[in-house]
Amino acid sequence: MAATQEEIVAGLAEIVNEIAGIPVEDVQLDKSFTDDLDVDSLSMVEVVVAAEERFDVKIPDDDVKDLKTVGDATNYILKNQD
Amino acid sequence: MSKIKPSKGAPYARILGVGGYRPTRVVPNEVILETIDSSDEWIRSRSGIETRHWANDEETVAAMSVEASGKAIADAGITAEQIGAVVVSTVSHFKQTPAVATEIADKLGTNRAAAFDISAGCAGFGYGLTLAKGMIVEGSAEYVLVIGVERLSDLTDLEDRATAFLFGDGAGAVVVGPSKEPAIGPTVWGSEGDKSDTIKQTVPWTDYRDGEVAKFPAITQEGQAVFRWAVFEMAKVAQQALDAAGISSAELDVFIPHQANERIIDSMVKTLKLPESVTVARDVRTTGNTSAASIPLAMERLLATGEAKSGDTALVIGFGAGLVYAATVVTLP
Ligand SMILES: CC(C)(COP(=O)(O)OP(=O)(O)OC[C@H]1O[C@@H](n2cnc3c(N)ncnc32)[C@H](O)[C@@H]1OP(=O)(O)O)[C@@H](O)C(=O)NCCC(=O)NCCS
Repeated sequence: MAATQEEIVAGLAEIVNEIAGIPVEDVQLDKSFTDDLDVDSLSMVEVVVAAEERFDVKIPDDDVKDLKTVGDATNYILKNQD
Repeated sequence: MSKIKPSKGAPYARILGVGGYRPTRVVPNEVILETIDSSDEWIRSRSGIETRHWANDEETVAAMSVEASGKAIADAGITAEQIGAVVVSTVSHFKQTPAVATEIADKLGTNRAAAFDISAGCAGFGYGLTLAKGMIVEGSAEYVLVIGVERLSDLTDLEDRATAFLFGDGAGAVVVGPSKEPAIGPTVWGSEGDKSDTIKQTVPWTDYRDGEVAKFPAITQEGQAVFRWAVFEMAKVAQQALDAAGISSAELDVFIPHQANERIIDSMVKTLKLPESVTVARDVRTTGNTSAASIPLAMERLLATGEAKSGDTALVIGFGAGLVYAATVVTLP
């Protein structure tokens, strides 16, 4: 079953917490991965791979650079999940 | 049909000695910053690299190899005449014919050992080790010298922000010989030529000769694609090598991945869920990425500093341009 927006944000929060050690409650739709959440471009690759597994989506390298905020990633997953 | 007598090899093979050579010139990040817009902090945080070694004119591929091999031979407690084959993996020896392995075999004083070069990028050490093991078990050589050697500084575009800080020079060598017990596990190896564009030489030499490009060829890469592949696909290969050898991560003492980037190493350790008890090679910090030389150089350093000891069980994995990879479990010399 496809995940809802809420479930995706909660899932991303857990992933970001695991990879960058940021408290889950700080991971909000308007937060930028690099500027607010201490996720640099290489950690972002790890976030993306974890999100792919968790939400059953494919996020090609070329699309990763467009995912600046948690909201961008959430929308991408909402649109592309199976 | 006449009967052909089969050759007779050793039951198993093992690494008996290791040696390394690092060029005398140590190059800190400040030198890299003279040609690219970056910072020491960025380079350290994205790659772990603080310094690397660059070879001078005398530190040729052959000269560095002879130095590293001499140490490996002494460490193995054999003499050069006992070496039956010399396998050299390099992508940065700029004279293709004859193979540099022949010059090295001669300078070391081997007794006309078979000698040849292979090209398998950053997986070259594992490819060479696998060939060596086959020769020893099959019986075409009693002792085989496997050398990984690079002068990547000759193939680095110092104005390329994505690679200028990554590469270094050096040589690492091991002597592989007969063993009563298995001490080199099954190799898990392969190639993914559909991804050949992710790490490659910019243009063929002939394009430069013909004036089609102004810059001497260099290694370029799609950094994030390589990072993703290295961390996630190579962790699977590393796990397969452990499984093939029948070694659990709890039984593992040492992890020596190709020293490409410390961030790749960190992520692999996490993905593989290696326990804290496993010693992890992080030679990349002071050596940079030396391609085929990185695993034996890191092995030598871990043994020299006492972080690893003879008899330890180590997982080695190399991966790089091709894309190619090779992983196996070995007993340290
Ligand atoms: C090379 C590598 C460290 C680059 O990191 P990256 O995160 O992919 O870098 P990107 O090119 O995506 O750039 C990310 C940001 O850093 C900046 N940047 C890139 N290179 C930089 C440099 N040398 N110094 C400072 N900043 C740099 C970019 O401009 C970009 O900034 P922006 O987000 O504000 O636009 C990394 O991709 C890597 O190591 N990959 C594996 C390579 C490897 O090991 N290859 C050999 C395998 S055998």
